[in-house]
Amino acid sequence: MTAVLPDTALRIDGVSRFFGTGAAQVQALDNVSLDVRSGEFLCLLGASGCGKSTLLGLIAGLDAPSTGTVDTAGRRTGMMFQDSALLPWLTAGGNVEVPLRLRGIRRAERRARVDELLSMVRLAGMADRRPHELSGGMRQRVSLARAFAQEADILCMDEPFGALDAMTRDLLHDELERIWRQTGVTVIFVTHDVREAVRLGDRIVLLSSRPGRVAEVFDVDIDRPRRIDSTQVAELATRVTTRLREEVGRHGH
Amino acid sequence: MATDIGINRSSLTKGDTSAPGDTRTAADDLDPGVLAGLDALDIPTAQSRPLAGRAWAAAWPKIGALVVFLLVWQLVVWSGWKPTYVLPGPVSALREFGSRLGTGHFWDALVRTIVRALKGYALAVVIGGVVGLAVARFTVLRTAIGSFITSLQTMPSVVWFPLAILLFKLSESAILFVVILGAAPSIANGVIYGVDYVPPLLVRVGRSMGARGFSLYRYVVAPAALPSVLAGLKQGWAFSWRSLMAGELLVIVPGHPSIGADLQNSRELLDAVGVMASMITIFFIGVVVDAAFNAADRQLRARRGLVAEGNSAVRAAQRGRSRNTAAPGSAEATAAGYPPAGPGAIGHDGGGANGGGEAGQS
Repeated sequence: MTAVLPDTALRIDGVSRFFGTGAAQVQALDNVSLDVRSGEFLCLLGASGCGKSTLLGLIAGLDAPSTGTVDTAGRRTGMMFQDSALLPWLTAGGNVEVPLRLRGIRRAERRARVDELLSMVRLAGMADRRPHELSGGMRQRVSLARAFAQEADILCMDEPFGALDAMTRDLLHDELERIWRQTGVTVIFVTHDVREAVRLGDRIVLLSSRPGRVAEVFDVDIDRPRRIDSTQVAELATRVTTRLREEVGRHGH
Repeated sequence: MATDIGINRSSLTKGDTSAPGDTRTAADDLDPGVLAGLDALDIPTAQSRPLAGRAWAAAWPKIGALVVFLLVWQLVVWSGWKPTYVLPGPVSALREFGSRLGTGHFWDALVRTIVRALKGYALAVVIGGVVGLAVARFTVLRTAIGSFITSLQTMPSVVWFPLAILLFKLSESAILFVVILGAAPSIANGVIYGVDYVPPLLVRVGRSMGARGFSLYRYVVAPAALPSVLAGLKQGWAFSWRSLMAGELLVIVPGHPSIGADLQNSRELLDAVGVMASMITIFFIGVVVDAAFNAADRQLRARRGLVAEGNSAVRAAQRGRSRNTAAPGSAEATAAGYPPAGPGAIGHDGGGANGGGEAGQS
């Protein structure tokens, strides 16, 4: 990483999150602390029940922590979901336009910005297509363009490629990496796929399950562009997987 | 700091669009071709028939059904089950209907009936819409009156007339009162179900984009609820039309001709041909309104990628079987995307041939 700004984009400090009350209370997150550098690509990795989606919701401001603080220092957050979650009554362009309309941007400017964002995800000329007329991978790219339309400084991605086939996924990793480099956005990427985390992340935060705690943080010192099938990626992935299995294994007793 | 980053980024993005693929990654050199190829392969292919073909396909079952109906009617008359002064044949009824079209009285009555219907329906839409939104939004209200709305909906509107006549005498207001009571609960229920069934994911999406309160309703909840609201509007229309016809038979305001009053007059004068002609008028209005609702519904579903016609999933499956290689995606998508007809669901008579809507109103 050459062009990293020295500042911190996001500070998570002693965050816990409980759901429910009394005997039925469940703790999703336990005292999670984490600093994310501006422009960093951070992967949150963990098995089921590690609270990764909960943590992402806290960062995106969709939910509030029970204790502790999430400080984005006024930065905007954007969110991308596993299901492309496009609004089915709008076209691809219309979906990308919604965040712009919510921010009160004028029509002419919106049009230009929508075209720009769709070109960025290589969907120029697809603005008038409806979500059902696009493939899964294309829908996710529209969703990515929509997340960028929020002018987010921090992009939260909740297993965005989980439902895609391997080839599409591979290509979208390249696309996401390219766009991340060009825009300098900070990415928080939730996944349960170890190789995907190694392929994309500057750092990987491994969360333990029930409740979610930071189990270990891995720095990924592999030159970009990376390939998901390279030996370096495979080696680190093996190490991370071993650690992940340890964490999961503790729940079997 | 944050704004600095934002400006910086958007200028970078602009640079990208003017000269794509100018960056250093090897992936960039490979991607566009592979990605474009994958896109081309992935795009679902749509099949469409020419307009004339579609119009004919939509029209012939309706024409056929009408011919069969008229034929059965004529056969019953010919069988001599009832004398023709009680049950006239379709020819004399249609002739009477045709001759009425040339009279001023008919148009006076028609306009009055339609104005009553529209006025009552419009008020029911406003009242039902407001009540529905309030109940969907506030838990206390839902607990208090949520189930009452459904009970009110199941009450035959005719039973309101004694009270309406006591309250408003034999007046326009009495009719309006019952029309509104008949239609508003269905419309309110459509709104309530619509809001209740908005996928939580879409609400999360809206909130993540910064939509709160009114803007969340404006951009996410309202459009997501629209199909159910439309179903409620259609059912509300059916109820208001029924209530109006009952009202016009019972509440005859002197000097105010209407279709219902004409029907009642014909009965009192033992004018069976007149009764039939009035009923043909009522039926036609029902057909026209039903067609309008169906057109709106079909467009709504087409935009969202749901099937255009109820039985096209079946046809797609049959196509797949006969050719063995037909696009599998279309059949699956249709089957998955088409919700089963729930309470008040519309569009199950999307083809229009079975006339479910019309039957419900008579």
